[in-house]
Amino acid sequence: MNITHPESLIFWTVIVFVVLFILLRKFAWKPILSAVNNRESKIEEALEAAKKAREEMENLQADNEKMLAEARAERDAMLKEAREIKDKIIADAKEAAATQGAAILEQAKAEIESEKKSALVELKTEVANISLEIAQKVVKEELSDEAKQLKQVEKMLNEVTLN
Amino acid sequence: MIAKTTIKRTLLLFLMFTSILGFSQEHHEAEKKADTEEEFDATELIMHHISDAHEFHVADINGESISFPLPVILWTDNGLVTFMSSEFHHDNTGEHVVEKNGMKFVRLHEEIYYANKHGGITLNEEHHAENRRPLNFSITKNVFSLFLAAALMLLIFIPTARSYKKGNGVMPKGIGRFMEPLILFVRDDIAKPNIGEKKYKAYMPYLLTVFFLIWIGNIFGLIPFFPFSGTLTNDILFTGVMAAITFLITQFSGNKEYWGHIFWMPGIPVPMKIIMAPIELIGIFTKPFALMIRLFANITAGHIIILSLFSLIFIFGTAWVSPVSVGFALFMNVLELLVAALQAYVFTLLSALFIGQAVAEHDHH
Repeated sequence: MNITHPESLIFWTVIVFVVLFILLRKFAWKPILSAVNNRESKIEEALEAAKKAREEMENLQADNEKMLAEARAERDAMLKEAREIKDKIIADAKEAAATQGAAILEQAKAEIESEKKSALVELKTEVANISLEIAQKVVKEELSDEAKQLKQVEKMLNEVTLN
Repeated sequence: MIAKTTIKRTLLLFLMFTSILGFSQEHHEAEKKADTEEEFDATELIMHHISDAHEFHVADINGESISFPLPVILWTDNGLVTFMSSEFHHDNTGEHVVEKNGMKFVRLHEEIYYANKHGGITLNEEHHAENRRPLNFSITKNVFSLFLAAALMLLIFIPTARSYKKGNGVMPKGIGRFMEPLILFVRDDIAKPNIGEKKYKAYMPYLLTVFFLIWIGNIFGLIPFFPFSGTLTNDILFTGVMAAITFLITQFSGNKEYWGHIFWMPGIPVPMKIIMAPIELIGIFTKPFALMIRLFANITAGHIIILSLFSLIFIFGTAWVSPVSVGFALFMNVLELLVAALQAYVFTLLSALFIGQAVAEHDHH
C-alpha cells in the first residue's frame, strides 16, 4: 500500500481519539466502572453481612447447645441430689424408727419390769395381809384348839401358793 | 428501548450522510473499455482496496463507478481550501484539474498536488511527481471509518452508562447487560493482571477506548459494503498513532525504577550495565513499534488473503473457481472475525503490559 498524505489520517486520528477518549471517559467509562465497583462492593458487603449473620447464628446455636447441656447437667445433678436426699431420709427414718422402736421396747420392758415389781410388791403385801389374816385366824383357832389351829395353818399355807 | 433508539439514531446518521452528500455517479465509458482490454492485475486491485482514498468506493455497476464523495480539506499557500472529492471525477492520473481559490489542483495516485504551469504533473525519472503539494487534511475513507467507529462507540457506550441508572445504579439494563462482560473482561483480564490492583484504575479509560476502537475498526473492515469496509486498522498510520499514544502514556507513567532499569539495570556487573542501557533504550521504541506493525500486518494480511482468493476467479478467468474462492474466503472471513477481536485484545494487553512495566514497584532490593 502507498502511504499518501500521512498528515490527514494522523491529524484526524489524534483529534478523534482524544475527543472520543474524553467523551467516553466522562460519559461512559467512569459511570460504568463506578457503577460496577459500587455493585461489587455492595455484593461484597452483602456477602460479608451474610457471613457475619451465619457466624452469629452459629454462635447462638452453640450458646443454645451449651445452655441445654448445662441445663441437662443441672437437672441430672438435681436428680442425683434428690435421690441422695431421699436415700438419706429413708436411711434416717429407718434408723430413727429402729432407735425409737428399741427405745419403746426398752421402755416396755422397763414398764413390764416395774409392773412386775409393783405386782410382786402388791403380792407380797397381799401375801402379808393374807398371812396376817391367816395368822389372825390361826391365832383365833389356836386359841381354841391347838391341834386344829396347826392343821388350819398348814391347810391355809397349802392353799396359798406363791405363784 | 435503548437498542431501539440506538438503531434509530444510527439510521438517522446514515440518512443524514446520504441525503446531504448524495451519491455521485460517474460514467467512465472510456476507462471501462480500457479496463476490459487490460490484463487483470491482482496486485493493483488488492493494493487499491487496502489503501486509503479520497472517496468511498461503493460499487461498480455496468462500468459506472459509484462512489461516496468525501470532503477534501487542503491547507494551501493561500489558506484553507475545501471541496468534495467528486470534483476530481474519479481522476487519479493527474489529468483533471480542479480550480479553487485561484489555485489548480491535480490528483495522482490519491495524492493531491498543485498543478504545474501546464495544468498537469511533472514526473521525474522514477515516475514520481515533482510538484509541490498542499497539506492535506481530507476526510479520507479511513478518516471516515474512524468517525463512524467513534460515533458508533459513543452510541453504544453512553447508553450503556445510562442503562446503569435505570437499573438503580447497580444492575445494567438492555445494552449494558451486553457490554458489561466486555468491559469487565478488559478490567479483569487485561488491566488488573498487567498493571496491578493498585494502579489499573487510571488507565482503564484508555485501555477500554483503545480496545473497542480497534475491535470496531477491525470489524468494519470485514463488512464488505458501504458505509463500512473502510479498514482503519490496516492503515499503518492509524496503528502508528495508537502505538504512539501507548508509548507516550508508558513513558509518562514510568517511575524511578522503570528508568532505573533502563539506564542502570540493577543486579548485573557495571560493564553489562553500560551495554544494557542502549539496548533497553532501543527497547522503549521497539515495543510500540512492534505494536504498530503487529496490528497493521495482521489485519492487512487477512484482507490481502481474502482479496487474493477472490482474485483467483479473475486470474483463472473462469467462474468454476468461485466455489473454492468463496469457500476459502468465507473461512478466512470467519477467521478474521476472530483475529479482529484477538488483535484488539493483543494490542490492549500489550499496552497494559508496557504500562504495567513502567509503573511496577519491584520488591527485590
